[in-house]
Amino acid sequence: MKFSYFPGCSLKGSGRAYEESLLPVLSALGVELEELDDWNCCGATAYMAVSDAAGYVLAARNLALAEQKKQDLVAPCSGCYLVLNKCQHYAAEYPDVATRVQETLKRDNLTYKGTTKVRHPLDILVNDIGLDAIKKRVTNPLKGFKIAPYYGCQIIRPYATFDDQHNPVTMDKLFKALGAEVVTYPLKTRCCGGSLTGTVTEVGQNMSYILLREAMRRGANVLATTCPLCQFNLDAYQGDISSDYHESVKMPIVYFTQLMGLAFGLPAEKIGLQRCIVPMDLKPAAALAK
Amino acid sequence: MNEPTKTQPRIGVYICHCGTNIAGVVDCKAVAETAAQYPNVVVSRDYKYMCSDPGQALIQQDIKEHKLDRIVVSSCSPLLHEHTFRGACEKGGLNPYCFQMVNIREHDSWVHEKGAAATDKAKDLTRAAVSRVAHHKPLETKTTPIHPDVMIVGGGIAGIQAALTLANAGQHVYLVEREPTIGGYMAKFDKTFPTLDCAACILTPKMSAVGAHPNITLWTYSEVAKVDGFVGNYKVVVKRKPRYIIEDLCVGCNECVTACVFKEGKFEDEFNMGLSKRKPVYMPFPQATPPIVLIDPETCINVKTGKCKKTCVEACGDRQAIDFTQKAEMKEVQVGTIILATGFQPFDAKRIPQYGYGIYPNVYTSLEIERLVNASGPTEGHVVLRDGKTKPKSVGIVHCVGSRDNKTHRWCSRVCCMYSMKLAHLIKHHTDAEVFNFYIDIRAPGKGYEEFYEKLQEEGVHFIRGRVAEVTDWQMSKEEEGKLVIRVEDTLAGFVRRIPVDMVVLAVGLEPHADSQDVRRQFNISCSTEGWFLERHPKLAPVNTFTDGIFIAGACQGPKDIPDTVAQAGAAAAEALSLIKAGSIELEPNTAFVVAEECSGCKTCIPMCPYTAISRDDVKKVAVINEALCKGCGTCVAACPSGAIKQNLFDDDEITSEIEAILAK
Amino acid sequence: METKSNNWEPRIVAFFCNWCTYTAADLAGVSRMKYAPNIRVIRLMCSGRLDPQYVMMAFAKGADGVLIGGCHPGDCHYVEGNYKTLRRVTLLERMLHDLGLEKERFRLEWISASEGDKVKKVVNEMVEQVRALGPLDMPGRFADWDKEMEELEAHVNHSQKEIPAHVH
Repeated sequence: MKFSYFPGCSLKGSGRAYEESLLPVLSALGVELEELDDWNCCGATAYMAVSDAAGYVLAARNLALAEQKKQDLVAPCSGCYLVLNKCQHYAAEYPDVATRVQETLKRDNLTYKGTTKVRHPLDILVNDIGLDAIKKRVTNPLKGFKIAPYYGCQIIRPYATFDDQHNPVTMDKLFKALGAEVVTYPLKTRCCGGSLTGTVTEVGQNMSYILLREAMRRGANVLATTCPLCQFNLDAYQGDISSDYHESVKMPIVYFTQLMGLAFGLPAEKIGLQRCIVPMDLKPAAALAK
Repeated sequence: MNEPTKTQPRIGVYICHCGTNIAGVVDCKAVAETAAQYPNVVVSRDYKYMCSDPGQALIQQDIKEHKLDRIVVSSCSPLLHEHTFRGACEKGGLNPYCFQMVNIREHDSWVHEKGAAATDKAKDLTRAAVSRVAHHKPLETKTTPIHPDVMIVGGGIAGIQAALTLANAGQHVYLVEREPTIGGYMAKFDKTFPTLDCAACILTPKMSAVGAHPNITLWTYSEVAKVDGFVGNYKVVVKRKPRYIIEDLCVGCNECVTACVFKEGKFEDEFNMGLSKRKPVYMPFPQATPPIVLIDPETCINVKTGKCKKTCVEACGDRQAIDFTQKAEMKEVQVGTIILATGFQPFDAKRIPQYGYGIYPNVYTSLEIERLVNASGPTEGHVVLRDGKTKPKSVGIVHCVGSRDNKTHRWCSRVCCMYSMKLAHLIKHHTDAEVFNFYIDIRAPGKGYEEFYEKLQEEGVHFIRGRVAEVTDWQMSKEEEGKLVIRVEDTLAGFVRRIPVDMVVLAVGLEPHADSQDVRRQFNISCSTEGWFLERHPKLAPVNTFTDGIFIAGACQGPKDIPDTVAQAGAAAAEALSLIKAGSIELEPNTAFVVAEECSGCKTCIPMCPYTAISRDDVKKVAVINEALCKGCGTCVAACPSGAIKQNLFDDDEITSEIEAILAK
Repeated sequence: METKSNNWEPRIVAFFCNWCTYTAADLAGVSRMKYAPNIRVIRLMCSGRLDPQYVMMAFAKGADGVLIGGCHPGDCHYVEGNYKTLRRVTLLERMLHDLGLEKERFRLEWISASEGDKVKKVVNEMVEQVRALGPLDMPGRFADWDKEMEELEAHVNHSQKEIPAHVH
């Protein structure tokens, strides 16, 4: 199995633990990722709000590069995944978007046809590789892990391509296959605070607080995420939140790929676990036994 | 009678305005003027309403005055008024089949913009009909006798009402019900809106009347397996599933139930929506009709393994009503007409996971609450939470679950607003809880319905306008602890609210049965895209279908409440009765026939016929069509390589003249 | 000639079965759906009644397109008439193709009695496709061919006079 790979800025920066765990895990499952040559910003964040035309062109340039490879494109970051999909939907639906994009790309000798499928790693893991193959690869079942699966807002909304919009279950199934326990977490698609954490901090942090508190209240000992921004928001401010809400908030926040790596028996530092601000107990089963 | 001549037909053409329905788009006067120039046209007129009495009289008068022998009317769909105009021709002394109708309303003025194109189309279609009608031959109307017995499929309130109406009129009725008892969903209800009369009090007398009626053969726990034949003469095979009880011998004493080796109920009680448990041998509910028990093969140890003490058989004793050797039985009956009253199924609330049904125990469906508030229900009418003892202090009723929703069903289920208010009233009455209704719009269009809504508001039931976003258990404040939180945008107050409650009731909508497509294929009728059975005309033939002799009643045709269902059931019974009393029905004479001199006896046509109406006369070496079996589809006509098969009303010369003239400019 | 003038409009002849597609067209009317006025419907009891010659004739007499409408497979009022239609249409399509007709000019659609919107969609689509193809004008072509034939015949008749008798 081979895919083109669009890392985006996060996976090379604040979210490098995601890439560090994604690549060995997929490779362990026989999936080859071929990083897109000369990729650029996906077009997410401020671009869409300031100039949607520029946003679409940025996204479409990456898609045009991917089209030359004639294989599905994996976009692990939720922001990239959404924007690349959005660009394809809009170009297909609104001819003026398609025309503008194509004409701009022509200057760069590129063509955009909209033929590449943009995929999320979760989709590939569960639907292409399958839980049975994943189960076979588990050498270190995640005994004692009680995981709150947190999907965030972008990978199933508005385009519910591989899971239910309101009650996604792909990660839930995945963690059970890894031998972990999954806690009921109805906030699995609720906002983490997004960029509000940087602009209107008290509002953003309140949203993070609710997610963290509910994960703790439901007995989770780790919260798994799919998104670099969610990971950052939830992980980085737990000290501030604890003092603001007079409540000790402590919840390790990891990428689902890191949990997979652990279950596959990969060393913690090879899957970026040392980068967690709130450290995760690697053997919660032992802690339980005590 | 004016007999059409072969040499020079005399045709009358009539262009209907249909008020402004046609004339608002098509220039009717111009069409009539142009039509006057078509060959053989003697009279051409336009008139405001051709279907009215004066319109019809106009045709009759012209037939006499101008010695017309053929008529063309350009108006609405032939499916609507062909019969009317054929009647007018007949009254005018003309053979009714020397008539051709042109559809310039449904196929023209209603679908095109006003202008030359629409008028040109009306002219083309009319010219084609004029050309075609010249080839029409006088035909004899054929009739077929109607078998007086009726089959009714479905024993809910619709089927019960139709069965009693027909049986009381002296007709023999076969009532077939899939479940072990008749009564349908109505039997599960406590009270009915808006009068709050007890459902059982008004339904159970009707159920026992069905059970006791000498004119009704009641087959419960049975399904229609096969339907053959046509109007007046249907042959239906019914599969009677084994209930392992000999119906005639069981007296309904329930002693076998008491004696069963299962000391306590262990399996979900379907009648109580799983809120209580039953044994493998059980009576669905005390007023079940027929009032006899059945043995569930899925859970009975003896049926499954043959290794049981059979304490039930012992308890039954001399009555010997239990028979473990019972097999499914096929019954074949002849009936003239069939009424389908197969009802609906409730929407599966699990399809909307954010409402928490199946996740949070204290989220209920409305049907579960119907059982909870019912004095003969699993809690004897005590409204308590799943723990079996706590009375809810606050209850939220979520409207439109699976209705008015692009993601599930777009239609309004029509009954949910009213039954939600009924349940709100009953819950408040039983528990004195605060009750919140979350609605999009309140739909209370019925006699006494709006007044009921007002009454509820006076009782202090809360109404919050907004579609609920989610039902959840995460908390933001102390008062939310241990509660279910309903998150909703209150569109009247203009902000997002969180309302903590102890119990959530999901007002699930009505949807077609999962197997409605199979059922309608079996009876050769149509479904709407949603899966509801399609009526012949939404206004003028609401209980008829496109298949003669098959009628529909109740929620199988679309969501409706009890009063509407009963009215429709009565209408279906009356339609069936009118066929039966007439004794026979006129058939379209559009059957096919073989011109023996031109037939080479090649047998191409024989496998074409799905009704085995064609055979080969081995002496004369030609094909022969049995007119009584022919339904007039014309498939054999199109297949005949030598053109030896002809079809009345749809013969080659008629159709080809239509093609030619429709394209003539 | 009218068909070659600038205000040429496609002419489409449709054969609809009484129970499904004709009723669907009625439903489109009752629902006041607007579609292109280029279609002329001929009602048959069943699409199985469609003699392939009707299609040939419609084209020969000047239709730019022919549309057949029947019940969905499995839903035929006469059990299986639509399957017979499908078989005939498959062969007919091949033949029309061999005759040089573009495939967009001939179309078979299953439209049930409840699919008024599908009538609208199919008619509009087909009218646009046929409009893009331009006039078929078989009657005009026949006239041209007849003229050509006459000239050829005249030529042959003329040459025959010069051919020695023993060649016959």
